[in-house]
Amino acid sequence: MSAMRPHAPFIAGLAQIGACGIFLLQILRAVPRSLRYARETVRQIFFVGAMSLVIIMTCGLFVGMVLGLQLYHTLSIFGGTAALGTVVALSLYRELGPVVTALLFAGRAGTSITAEIGLMRATDQLDAMEMMAVDPLAYVIAPRFLAGIVAMPLLACTFNALGILGAHLVGVSWLGLDNGTFWSNMTSNVDVWDDVINGVWKSLAFGAVVTLIATFQGYTTPPTSEGVAYATTRTVVYSSIATLALDFVMTAFLM
Amino acid sequence: MDTKPASARDDALITVRGLRTVLNAKTIFDGVDLDIPRGRITAIMGPSGTGKTTLIRHITGQLVPDAGTITVDGQDVWRLSRDALFALREKIGYLFQNSALLTDFSVFENVAFPLRQHLKLPEELVRNIVLTKLQAVGLRGAAELMPNELSGGMMRRVALARAIVRDPMLIIYDEPFVGLDPIALNQILKLIRTLNQTLGITSILIAHELAAVQKVADSIYLIAAGKIAAHGAPAELTRGDSPWTKQFFAGEADGPVPFHYPAPDYAAQLGLAGAKP
Repeated sequence: MSAMRPHAPFIAGLAQIGACGIFLLQILRAVPRSLRYARETVRQIFFVGAMSLVIIMTCGLFVGMVLGLQLYHTLSIFGGTAALGTVVALSLYRELGPVVTALLFAGRAGTSITAEIGLMRATDQLDAMEMMAVDPLAYVIAPRFLAGIVAMPLLACTFNALGILGAHLVGVSWLGLDNGTFWSNMTSNVDVWDDVINGVWKSLAFGAVVTLIATFQGYTTPPTSEGVAYATTRTVVYSSIATLALDFVMTAFLM
Repeated sequence: MDTKPASARDDALITVRGLRTVLNAKTIFDGVDLDIPRGRITAIMGPSGTGKTTLIRHITGQLVPDAGTITVDGQDVWRLSRDALFALREKIGYLFQNSALLTDFSVFENVAFPLRQHLKLPEELVRNIVLTKLQAVGLRGAAELMPNELSGGMMRRVALARAIVRDPMLIIYDEPFVGLDPIALNQILKLIRTLNQTLGITSILIAHELAAVQKVADSIYLIAAGKIAAHGAPAELTRGDSPWTKQFFAGEADGPVPFHYPAPDYAAQLGLAGAKP
């Protein structure tokens, strides 16, 4: 038996990244053709966007409440509780909103996209489309890719809104911070372009990356039940790593 | 026995020359030549795992061969652009071995799918065409059912209706008789023959059921060990004295086609005393 070369996993990883890059180019080439399937894209926005609202809203609310509680405690040490609204809003708009939404999206919608496409592969549905002269990249993949890019910023905005509401509930309604102070400090220190729109850019990028990984894993999965199971797991793992790494890069450029 | 293809014939819709395929270090085809005549029903038979479906995947441009040329309707399949290949596939109906119905769509929508994708027909006309095809396979009453509500045999019949919905120039049936009860089997045989006789549709039939194949096929190619082992009319082949046809059509375990997958010595593997290691 030949000894396994130590750099083989590294080479395999690079090959996967290269294949994923080619897959992205194929999707982009299929996007114009997918415009005739606009109804399918809208259906996918509903599935990955609207159907993710419950988890996004619930998590946004609790993340905001925890943030409000922790920051109130920390700021009170320095006598700076008046800045609670500002700090919560900046944390959510710049980082937590886009990043946590992307992680939740990968778990909720990304896995579902991978499993659905993987099962279509395993049951020859994608081959059947090819044989009926229907391009699966235009009919199946591109609509899901576009849906992810559209849905992610909307979900992140929802997450941010519920997060601020959660922090307000804890800081103002529970711990007694002045309502006017909470809102006025926030509105005067948060900039739409520097903070809110930067978060939207991040969400767009995360939407593209997570749905690219999810569709790639589903499209290339081995046509077995074990293959689909591993592919869904890889979607969560790779999407999470890619989201956090991309967040660092984008933060460095957008600061 | 004529084991050569009818290569000289000008009416071949499909010609395969020098096909060579190696998959996972196993030689599937080693210099296969064959012709599928236009307007005829040609059966492709052979032991399991011999590459019948792989051959179809080559013909339809789904799998690249290692060597050889395949022309369909005068076009070299592997030199076609993607758009040209898709244009060619629009003229081909393909019945998949496992039906491959779109699980999100009802029976009606599955059959209507090729029409909706490629033709802008009035809804009334789509409905009439789909119901006509479903009537032909005996499933008009199941139009609103979902694929998960169908038996395996019913799924196959829906897939057949979908394959013929555009009255293609070529229909490829990959194992169409599996899971069919005798009544459905007989009706499907009649349908295959009717499509061929009334519309002149060329058909390729991959099947193991010799009795059924004999009823409809004009000629049979027997593939074994990576080559065309025999070719001819069904009656001619079943009467033939080639060891390949004798073994295959008689269903014998002993002959040129091994029944057992290559394995080490049986007694040695069982650990019996005196066996050679």
